Amino acid sequence: MMCTVCGCGEGTSTDSHTHGHDHDHDHDHDHDHDHGRDLHYGTGAAGVHVPGMSQARLVKIEQDILGYNDAYAAENRKLFADKGILVLNLVSSPGSGKTTLLCRTVADLKARLSVAVIEGDQQTTFDADRIRATGVPALQVNTGKGCHLDAHMVGHAARKLDLADDSVLFVENVGNLVCPAGFDLGEAAKVVILSVTEGEDKPLKYPDMFAAAEVMILNKIDLLPHLSFDVEKCVRYARKINPAIRLIELSATSGHGLDAWYGWIEKKRQPILAERAVALEAKLAAVRRNLGAEA
Amino acid sequence: MHEMALTEGVLRLLEDQAAAQHFERVRKVWLEIGELSTVDPEALRFCFEAIRAGTLAEDAALEIIRTPGRAYCMDCSKAVRVVQRYDSCPDCGGDRLQVTGGDEMRVKELEVE
Repeated sequence: MMCTVCGCGEGTSTDSHTHGHDHDHDHDHDHDHDHGRDLHYGTGAAGVHVPGMSQARLVKIEQDILGYNDAYAAENRKLFADKGILVLNLVSSPGSGKTTLLCRTVADLKARLSVAVIEGDQQTTFDADRIRATGVPALQVNTGKGCHLDAHMVGHAARKLDLADDSVLFVENVGNLVCPAGFDLGEAAKVVILSVTEGEDKPLKYPDMFAAAEVMILNKIDLLPHLSFDVEKCVRYARKINPAIRLIELSATSGHGLDAWYGWIEKKRQPILAERAVALEAKLAAVRRNLGAEA
Repeated sequence: MHEMALTEGVLRLLEDQAAAQHFERVRKVWLEIGELSTVDPEALRFCFEAIRAGTLAEDAALEIIRTPGRAYCMDCSKAVRVVQRYDSCPDCGGDRLQVTGGDEMRVKELEVE
């Protein structure tokens, strides 16, 4: 009878394959293992196996499980660097006000610089619709059952958006304070948004995200008078996880504190633009050299 | 459940390695999962058992090696052992710890044929 948990196929019931056995154990028994596999994969790869003569060998791998994602992220990062684009990965729980903050941000910034948005959600294009209503290009990525954006999705979305040189791209990740932490999208920084209507102990409860973020935005601070949220405690918790994390307190609805946020974005763009200027100057110098050669 | 995406990453890695290193089946997989990594080992095990059917790792055993969390205490300038990201320095009680190890998620070794 075939075991329905681990799929080991036994045509006949033996002592070691009765119901209620520990499903982990059979993997350790090479003799049972070969027997079970022959039955289960009779016409497949096991056909090459010579009974009693194990062809097993050990292979050193030493590769990161996230290696594929990280390779896509590196490609994205190169694309963004070549075009001088600052990319920010916005992460938070659902309901922290990410989309409201983004709508306000792109509306305020679009006059002075090129902005675009990638919206990640499991379903619907509501968020991208909200961004597009501000007149800024936005693309919705629906992850289906997925709980996070990965670098492959963002690479496709970024190419589809046809991003302007020297622009700012905001990526609004799926509302989830857990899963997006480990996935590098090729961004310059992760920005974690925590609203004061949530618990101030979230940095300790979801440490991976606060460890991965460069900035913590404390949103909805206009509501503080009505709440018992302890800002000082929250910041202390966040710094316990990430001593270097930068704090920006703001309210996306009242507009209070937005200048600090925009100031940080501008500051973050500077090294990217400087690097691009160097690359462009080198290109220009090469062209001029050719021009001189012909003259 | 990002463990599912990570497990798919493991399987893809196995398939690529099978082509590169000429093996057809994986009998055992050793993963190195740091105590401070972003993954729960039991969830990873659950996902692995859920998606390995029909792959070259169909009857592979999964061994998870936990690597210890390590950090540098900026208050007492010492390398210390931590179990959680929110741990304080076990020596001086300081809170300014920078994680230096134990956050890895790696396929370490395979037994193949």
